[in-house]
Amino acid sequence: MGGTGSGKPMNLTLHVWRQAGPGAAGAMRTYAATDVSPDMSFLEMLDVVNEGLVARGEPPIAFDHDCREGICGSCGMMINGQAHGPWKATTTCQLHMRAFSDGDEIVVEPWRAAPFPVIKDLVVDRAAFDRIIQAGGYVSVNTGNAVDGNAVPVPKTDADAAMDAAACIGCGACVAACPNGSASLFTAAKITHLGHLPQGQPERHRRALRMVTQMDLEHFGGCSLFGECQQACPKEISIDAISRMNRDFVVASVMQAEERQVAGAG
Amino acid sequence: MAIDLNAKVPSGPLAQKWDTHRFEMKLVNPANKRKYKVLVVGSGLAGASAAASLAELGYQVNCYCFQDSPRRAHSIAAQGGINAAKNYQNDGDSIWRLFYDTIKGGDFRAREANVYRLAQISVNIIDQCVAQGVPFAREYGGTLSNRSFGGAQVSRTFYARGQTGQQLLLGAYQALEKEIAKGTVRMFPRTEMLDLVVVDGRARGIVVRDLVTGAIDTHLADAVLLATGGYGNVFYLSTNAKGSNATAIWRAHKRGAAFANPCYTQIHPTCIPQSGEYQSKLTLMSESLRNDGRVWVPKAKGDTRAPDQIPDAERDYYLERKYPSYGNLSPRDIASRAAKEVCDEGRGVGPGGLGVYLDFRDAIQRVGKDKVEERYGNLFEMYQRITDEDPYRVPMRIYPAVHYTMGGLWVDYNLMSTIPGLFVLGEANFSDHGANRLGASALMQGLADGYFVIPYTLGDYLARSAGMAPVKADVPEVKATEAEVRAHNDRLLGIKGKRTVSSIHRELGKVMWDKCGMAREKSGLESALGSIPALREEFWRNVTVPGSGVELNQSLEHAGRTADFLELGELMCRDALHREESCGGHFRVEHQEAGEAKRDDARFCYVGAWEYTGAGKAPALVKEPLAFENVHLATRSYK
Ligand SMILES: Cc1cc2nc3c(=O)[nH]c(=O)nc-3n(C[C@H](O)[C@H](O)[C@H](O)COP(=O)(O)OP(=O)(O)OC[C@H]3O[C@@H](n4cnc5c(N)ncnc54)[C@H](O)[C@@H]3O)c2cc1C
Ligand code: FES
Repeated sequence: MGGTGSGKPMNLTLHVWRQAGPGAAGAMRTYAATDVSPDMSFLEMLDVVNEGLVARGEPPIAFDHDCREGICGSCGMMINGQAHGPWKATTTCQLHMRAFSDGDEIVVEPWRAAPFPVIKDLVVDRAAFDRIIQAGGYVSVNTGNAVDGNAVPVPKTDADAAMDAAACIGCGACVAACPNGSASLFTAAKITHLGHLPQGQPERHRRALRMVTQMDLEHFGGCSLFGECQQACPKEISIDAISRMNRDFVVASVMQAEERQVAGAG
Repeated sequence: MAIDLNAKVPSGPLAQKWDTHRFEMKLVNPANKRKYKVLVVGSGLAGASAAASLAELGYQVNCYCFQDSPRRAHSIAAQGGINAAKNYQNDGDSIWRLFYDTIKGGDFRAREANVYRLAQISVNIIDQCVAQGVPFAREYGGTLSNRSFGGAQVSRTFYARGQTGQQLLLGAYQALEKEIAKGTVRMFPRTEMLDLVVVDGRARGIVVRDLVTGAIDTHLADAVLLATGGYGNVFYLSTNAKGSNATAIWRAHKRGAAFANPCYTQIHPTCIPQSGEYQSKLTLMSESLRNDGRVWVPKAKGDTRAPDQIPDAERDYYLERKYPSYGNLSPRDIASRAAKEVCDEGRGVGPGGLGVYLDFRDAIQRVGKDKVEERYGNLFEMYQRITDEDPYRVPMRIYPAVHYTMGGLWVDYNLMSTIPGLFVLGEANFSDHGANRLGASALMQGLADGYFVIPYTLGDYLARSAGMAPVKADVPEVKATEAEVRAHNDRLLGIKGKRTVSSIHRELGKVMWDKCGMAREKSGLESALGSIPALREEFWRNVTVPGSGVELNQSLEHAGRTADFLELGELMCRDALHREESCGGHFRVEHQEAGEAKRDDARFCYVGAWEYTGAGKAPALVKEPLAFENVHLATRSYK
């Protein structure tokens, strides 16, 4: 799990991005975090700093968070230039202060990507992710339409592969870590999850076509297979998903072109 | 005037009630559905499933959540699984058995008809979720896997690794997004409901605050659904997400919705113990771990040896000893109390003696480390990240923590509160779990309410209310409610005192945990009924909320929620004090027999619903008697 924490309280210096609102000019501000226990989570450390700020009548540092268990995908910040900080496969809320040492300077910034505009301080707008799902990240089955759960057997390996991809928490670390600001890993994770299951087959190609198109419309960058996304992903989603997405997308594009031809010929 | 608690349970035999009722309910014809507008507050399992299903039927739906995306609702954090009476394991399960286990697990304080319907619907839920592409765990043959949960002797829990809630919620979220794309649902993320608009005695809208701009607005409709989750955060420290709150249900309560059984709280036995004063939340270690982990403490008081230095003969596997037939899978209330008992005896382990061991040594020897890793790997990693200890080598240290609230707004069989047109779904209502919820039953209930109950019962209400006049935005009730919300926020911002919101919330939590937690006593509850109002006064005199109301202001959000907890906490203590019996999660020290909860069916076999009577006035208790016609009221035994 790394970290050089010694069990003793630490004194740290934070450099935090402060921005009053959407479109406002932001700047880095420096704060002292004193008496930090190595057993604190990163967000608990920020809580303590914020309590101090509030007590002094200053606005606390705004950041998104909710579950604090690494599953809701709310939290996320660049910590010393790394999405979610130094621990592998760990969200910011699960990062613990034993990852740092007494005297460390820590730079904390919001996700930086054009499709994720800053709302305030470390809070960004990730609604583009929801719109990508709206474009096709589902199975079109209305309530009441289902057959028995065991009617269609699903090989365990497929179910497991689907689950691996479905573990995505939609935090946006992949976009923040990518030099191009691409949302390919996020989009591919959903395409891969549903693509591994029989229930996802009827809409498989339409899904890939529409989700990838939406991703482009949101101005996410293209994928150059740098692999930074996979490194930063707190759920260790594999970059293989992206190849799968690309295959589905190509097939879908060819099918669409053929359909157009047929329609045109008719 | 006392409110009328007519549960509207359909007549006829238990097994046919829901079918009969479905047939008898009125329908709204498809062309008319488009004319009705429904507000769904909450996007967790209950809210997302309801919003999607109602939109599919053709209603105009608005859906609200305070997170930045509906996918982040607290349901996402559920780990262990969801129950369903599929009997795929051929191990003797049935709808009747799930019904019975749930009624018994709830210590005979739930409504029979609701629980039976829940068990019936459970099987459809699994089918629906599979169809949506929820990647449930599978066997090599391709069929669905099951595991066991507490309070059951059959294997009926379906799961997706340790992320069942996540996968079920994503299924519902995706169904919701599909409707948003079609324009049938308008989604309002980062939006908080701050009040309910009641016109001519019916729920007709909500007042909301846009959490980014601070704008306050009123949305009007034909019906309002609250699916806003539980209120465990009244204790400050709980396993709930940080934002989970009681504001929506509490403000609806103050507008006339009765609050049922507020004191029924579930304390989960297996959570990671608190590590310091800065602690912001407690982390659950799924109940599924009790399938393989064995719970123990040293037999001797104050034994400070490392766990591996304590030989078996000197260990007390107290759950196996006291409850041989359920052992480590005893229900939560019982397992939590047993942990508290051994810690109170001075046999607890870890800092402050507030912990017991959950040991996987034997499981690792029996099935191998790989198998244990496959089953619980992600939980073990989470434990290690938080505690810096390796549970493959050192037993986990666990301690009970507040987890779930069985109480909530009172609803009838149709999930309608005492305010016509206000429906309440999921953890926010009180309906199905009595005084204690069994593991893996909250997900089941949330989805049952949203996918399979509300689509019928809402239609019936709307069909019977045909001719209800549309509400205009300038009627006095609407203007007054919005003005009150603005005044409330301005007041919070204007105090400019010396204490932070968190410090007061924490203090409230401590009072609640000490006096209204795992064990409750008359004297303690009475003292809390003195200290909570005093703390509330301190809050309104001395809290400080920086910033303004016209921006993203997380302190203001927290202040509003804490103000409501400071009122709800008092009602919980009042309810706990009045209920002079022990049942499920409500353990009154004065009422026990050989250390086990002692119910008093002669005096307390009812739902205790509280009516708000005005600021500073004592709330009124209204009772819904519980009739058990199909099961025998027995003393719960897991021995
Ligand atoms: C750690 C953990 C593990 C669990 N594991 C299991 C399990 O394995 N099996 C099981 O059956 N149960 C489990 N539970 C319980 C279960 O997860 C919850 O009871 C259930 O998910 C609640 O769902 P819900 O839809 O009622 O509410 P929630 O999921 O809490 O959703 C509430 C929604 O309401 C919104 N909201 C709240 N207030 C407002 C407001 N004022 N304005 C606007 N929106 C608002 C929120 O944004 C959110 O969208 C677990 C609980 C926890 C804490
Ligand atoms: S707060 Fe939920 S993932 Fe970090």
